[in-house]
Amino acid sequence: MVRKGQWVEIHRIMLQPPERACQVPKDTKQVPLEMFIKGFLLHDAEIGDIVNIETLTGRRVSGELVRENPGYRHDFGQPITELLEIGPKLRLLLKEGESCG
Amino acid sequence: MDKRYGYEALLARKNEIMKNAMRMDYSIYETGKISFDYEKMMNETGYSLEEIRAIQSQSSVGNTPLIELTNLTRLARKLSAPGYGARIFIKDEATNPSGSFKARRAAVSVYHAKRLGYKGVIAATSGNYGAAIASQAAMKGLNCIIVQEVYDSKGAGQPEIIEKGRKCEAYGAEVVQLTVGPELFYVFLRLLEETGYFNCSLYTPFAIAGIETLGAEIVQQVKQKEGKPPTAIVVTHAGGGNLTGTARGVLKAGYPNIAIIGASVNLEGLHMASDHDFNRKSFTTGHTGFGVPFATWPDRTDVPRNAARPLRYMDRYVTVTQGDVFFMTEALAQLEGIERGPAGNTSLAAAFAIAQELKKEEIIVVQETEYTGAGKHPTAQLTFARQQGVEVRTGNPSDDKPGERIIIPEQPNMITVKDLDLNKIRTSYLRNSTKNYKPCQLEQVDLKFLAQDTKTSIDFVKTVLGVE
Repeated sequence: MVRKGQWVEIHRIMLQPPERACQVPKDTKQVPLEMFIKGFLLHDAEIGDIVNIETLTGRRVSGELVRENPGYRHDFGQPITELLEIGPKLRLLLKEGESCG
Repeated sequence: MDKRYGYEALLARKNEIMKNAMRMDYSIYETGKISFDYEKMMNETGYSLEEIRAIQSQSSVGNTPLIELTNLTRLARKLSAPGYGARIFIKDEATNPSGSFKARRAAVSVYHAKRLGYKGVIAATSGNYGAAIASQAAMKGLNCIIVQEVYDSKGAGQPEIIEKGRKCEAYGAEVVQLTVGPELFYVFLRLLEETGYFNCSLYTPFAIAGIETLGAEIVQQVKQKEGKPPTAIVVTHAGGGNLTGTARGVLKAGYPNIAIIGASVNLEGLHMASDHDFNRKSFTTGHTGFGVPFATWPDRTDVPRNAARPLRYMDRYVTVTQGDVFFMTEALAQLEGIERGPAGNTSLAAAFAIAQELKKEEIIVVQETEYTGAGKHPTAQLTFARQQGVEVRTGNPSDDKPGERIIIPEQPNMITVKDLDLNKIRTSYLRNSTKNYKPCQLEQVDLKFLAQDTKTSIDFVKTVLGVE
């Protein structure tokens, strides 16, 4: 159960594949245009229910409840060896041919 | 679905929705079949340089530092012929309140919206402009909605765009996130109609006028520090506003001879609206997927007449590879101690190569930097690229293949620029602009406009279009 007042994310299909614009490439045309919006849940519900939320601008929007307390999961990724090599390489290049001291 | 909100039905109301969302009548600037009075539009609906300075200064935007990149200049000279290797300066636009030069555009747009009495603003953007609008709306107490294209159909999101969404929410904006497709515009129109908010388009005269201060500041700061203007300014080019506004500012400062060079990341072969290709690029802006179409058809935007018209001002247009830009982003951090976001460093990669063509005494300016953070960072972007099946390796950038391979240059001398043929781009613009007309239908005023809009001559326009 997700409680009323909880910060949540909802999902809605905005355009089904046959409704998509004519200029859209083939692969995109095979899938729907989907929308995700966050807001405060206006009533108790379960994940998967069609719910109403109030967004940060005060709009009331309905859609399928997909996430409770949706967090940010992006990060800095893994170290990239190909980038780590650049600093030492460039410092060495700058030193070449220059007098010490 | 309610028929009123069907795709075609809503798009049929586009003009009415836009008029309510901007209160601007573009029709009064139309002069011929194709032509319109660009300068009149900019003068009457924009703001003067002094007014913009005042608006921006009230919101702590602009007056960013100009930094000389002494170590990168030394490096460029090591790779140059004797006597060559211009001094490289960078305008640190990341120090604006929202972390990019877009704060300049947003400051004027949101000021204008508030002045007209709108309760809120909406912008359709997956870029830094969203955070800029959200930040300015927060300062001025307006509601803000940002519409972003974020996910592919599998639900994988570009880390850079997810970060920009987070930043918008940090300023209190509502963020509407969509899957791939140009129908973002449809959702945008629905929101404008529903809320009655102001359309903070990137392409209005006031949004472009907001960047003029950047061009003017660069010239004045270089002049003050070095007693002479720069030889060239390199601008990361995508939608065209950055280049147009900067060039106009340089002209307003009284320096028509400074070369304005546009630089984009090469993403040739990737379709911007393709669900498959969407996550196979590591740059979500500053690339040829926007740079070329917006130069060859500027009026493809969300306003009837685009105030960003890059071909009017562009002296040269070059591309670099994704790997070149990641290399230079790392070099900026490692040699200069300045860690900034990758997309803004597109112009830095180009300037590093072009500096080697210029004499030692000359000055080249990189016109922007942008903030960096989780998602919006080379390691985040390259990790994501690998997850999408893109190969990342060290090698020669000539092996670069957008969507398949990102090559991190093995040596700095492998970073080069590829010049795009401006006359070819101009020709493509002329064909697009006149496709609904026969050459004999064009009036003198149209030919003159097309010559100005391409920085060419009436003779050039006539030759391309086959006008007698």
